[in-house]
Amino acid sequence: MNHTALQEEIESRWPGQARYRFDASNVTSEVTCARPALVGVCRRIIEEWGFSFAGLIVEEAAAEWQLRYAFYGEADAGWLQVLVSAPLGEKVFPSVVEWIHAADWHEREAEDLFGVRFEGHPHLGDFVLHNDAWQESVEPMRRGFDAEAALRNRLPDADWRPRRIVQEPGAFIMPIGPKFGGVTESVHFLLETVGEDVIRSSTRLFYKWRAVEKLAEGKTVDEVLLLAERFAATTAFAHGMAFSLAVETIGGIEVPARARTLRVFLAELERLRQHAGAIEGICESTALVVATSQAGILEEELLRVTGEFTGHRYLFGLLAPGGLLCDLPTEGCRKALNRSQDIIKRMNELERRLSISSSFLDRIEEVGSVSAATAKAYSLVGPIARASGLARDLRRARPYSGYDRFNFDIPTEQEGDGYARLRLLFAEARQSVRIMEQAVAELKEGDVCRPVPFRPGAALGSVEAPRGATFHWVRLDAGGRISRYRVITPSFTNWHSFNLAAEKFAFQDFPIILSTFDLSVAENDR
Amino acid sequence: MSQWVIKGIRTGIKTTAYPRGAENAAGVTPGLPRSGGFGTGAAALTERCLTHALEQAGEVISVDSRRCVHCYRCVRGVGQPLNWDGTYEWATAAPRRHQFGQPFQRAIHVLVVDAGDCGACLNEVKQLNNPYYNMHRLGFFITPTPRHADVLLVVGPVTDQMRFALKKIYDAMPAPKRVVAVGACALSGGVFAKSFVCANGVADVLPVDVEVPGNPPPPLAILHSLLVAVGRKAPAAADEHAPAAGER
Repeated sequence: MNHTALQEEIESRWPGQARYRFDASNVTSEVTCARPALVGVCRRIIEEWGFSFAGLIVEEAAAEWQLRYAFYGEADAGWLQVLVSAPLGEKVFPSVVEWIHAADWHEREAEDLFGVRFEGHPHLGDFVLHNDAWQESVEPMRRGFDAEAALRNRLPDADWRPRRIVQEPGAFIMPIGPKFGGVTESVHFLLETVGEDVIRSSTRLFYKWRAVEKLAEGKTVDEVLLLAERFAATTAFAHGMAFSLAVETIGGIEVPARARTLRVFLAELERLRQHAGAIEGICESTALVVATSQAGILEEELLRVTGEFTGHRYLFGLLAPGGLLCDLPTEGCRKALNRSQDIIKRMNELERRLSISSSFLDRIEEVGSVSAATAKAYSLVGPIARASGLARDLRRARPYSGYDRFNFDIPTEQEGDGYARLRLLFAEARQSVRIMEQAVAELKEGDVCRPVPFRPGAALGSVEAPRGATFHWVRLDAGGRISRYRVITPSFTNWHSFNLAAEKFAFQDFPIILSTFDLSVAENDR
Repeated sequence: MSQWVIKGIRTGIKTTAYPRGAENAAGVTPGLPRSGGFGTGAAALTERCLTHALEQAGEVISVDSRRCVHCYRCVRGVGQPLNWDGTYEWATAAPRRHQFGQPFQRAIHVLVVDAGDCGACLNEVKQLNNPYYNMHRLGFFITPTPRHADVLLVVGPVTDQMRFALKKIYDAMPAPKRVVAVGACALSGGVFAKSFVCANGVADVLPVDVEVPGNPPPPLAILHSLLVAVGRKAPAAADEHAPAAGER
């Protein structure tokens, strides 16, 4: 990407309103612009320069609002951040959703939690804070708000009703949740129907909102690492690593080689296990009992491999800022790899059996389709984007922890339906084992941790988690404590598109669409 | 479709020997730190605990396992680690409020409610249905409705926006009923404790009968908690150095 050309274009199009700065050390372009130029600049970045939207980070500084729109591009384009600020008294910003559809939920969240208004946004309110339970004036992410003081007056209003969009005669809303089914996370689905078929669906989220971003404020790096690992524990290692990477970037250090390689090994072990779990979920949703059991056996065995190798079945307590909390024996690595190689063979067999089970294919093919255009417009990430033909993977686009030295493919599928997503999970699991093999081969003796100087500053840590790209924005104050922590998770990004895939379908397809998306409520709600 | 039948039979029996025997496979439990005499470094080690699960008195460290979130700060990166055991029978029981009758000892229906869980406890509960644990053989069934439920199994610290739903679910269950709180978050709030948006565990909202520590407790510990709830297994023996309930 030609950064001089970008600079000329920005500064000639919006003279005096936008400034461009390029930092070669971390391949980050920064565009500081005035509020009136924001929408034009963002439109240009998305439409002409081909960047993808990562997320919106709102910060309340001493005297002003700082809004940071983060974008990422393909290999050499790097990061791009658009910065807009305004005095604290002025809480109105132009909305960019007309051009960046993926910013929709980010703006809704910021409006709910900070009280910042986005002019031109079609649908603000009732998002993180449920309108029937919270007073309008509560703005929990503001500096003055006490995160530990108990609030009163929050029993939901029993007369609250969701808004019905479908107005045909006989139309009604079928509510599902927040508690539904057997062992499921708490979330509320609203299916609008006139009888047999569901015309439209919507999701009411944040029943599990634990305000992780607020709780992190004022805490030490060590304490927040515990939160980062534990807010969405099925992908604990990926989130812990994204947080650690951000802290290490602020400190200006790189972790020792052995720790880098071990982190890659563990991250791929987690991906393998998470994909096995997702495959089990898909088999279960189609009521294919033996296949569910087979996938369940593989998942439990991977949990045991992880537990035996690291002590904990979900990889807790391994990461430390600057590397790893303890060294893991190379011999244990080899053993875990051998077991994983055996498991991937059985996974391949499971895939072959599924691919010739016609009753299974009937249920999973052509359900919940996501087109390539939708995937692009919603800036989707992870297996869902890749199953719709978008070869987007941070391990390749913005390599971290030494991923650029590994040989692996980024599998993609074109159909974007449930079956494409299932095939993709199997293909990615194979690539994970391939990366683990290379990691074991290049593992050398050495230190696993290096002290991190906690100096003030901010950085974005990004990791390709099993469900897709995750971005952790961390700001440290002069005392080495967290002053802002923003977590952008793949489930949050991808859930935005779920209701587009879950449109005009038969009732019995709903669990299948849901399971092939493999969304985590804990990861979304934070 | 016969391929699945044959595959299923060929796979053989995977199910654990527990509760009749012990399960000795590696990696089935993360273990828990244990109280005991430690030595002169007790104060320094207690400092490292980020969730205040450790308490030191002289050279003795007592562990409040309800607060332990498996951060391993007391065993990793220290010269002298704290004693961890590899057990899994962790469930403790509160004095019984109402006795389950004889019929409830054999088959019960369990309603699982996620009240702000991170996904790990829930995933471990889900494992109980896979062939390795197969809870059905013990007469435990998961039900989606409170009307059929005998035991309410709650995971998560109880977020504010789930509190109302959780209360309604409990009220909708017929008596006699039991509440099992699973995981450090459900017992003490865990890493989410002291917050404007979470309760500090299920006990803040509902009367709890059985508690399982762990972050997350492994499937065997959850199985043990159900067996304790119906009186088929004894609850875990009290840790002699552990602080008594309600002490903090």
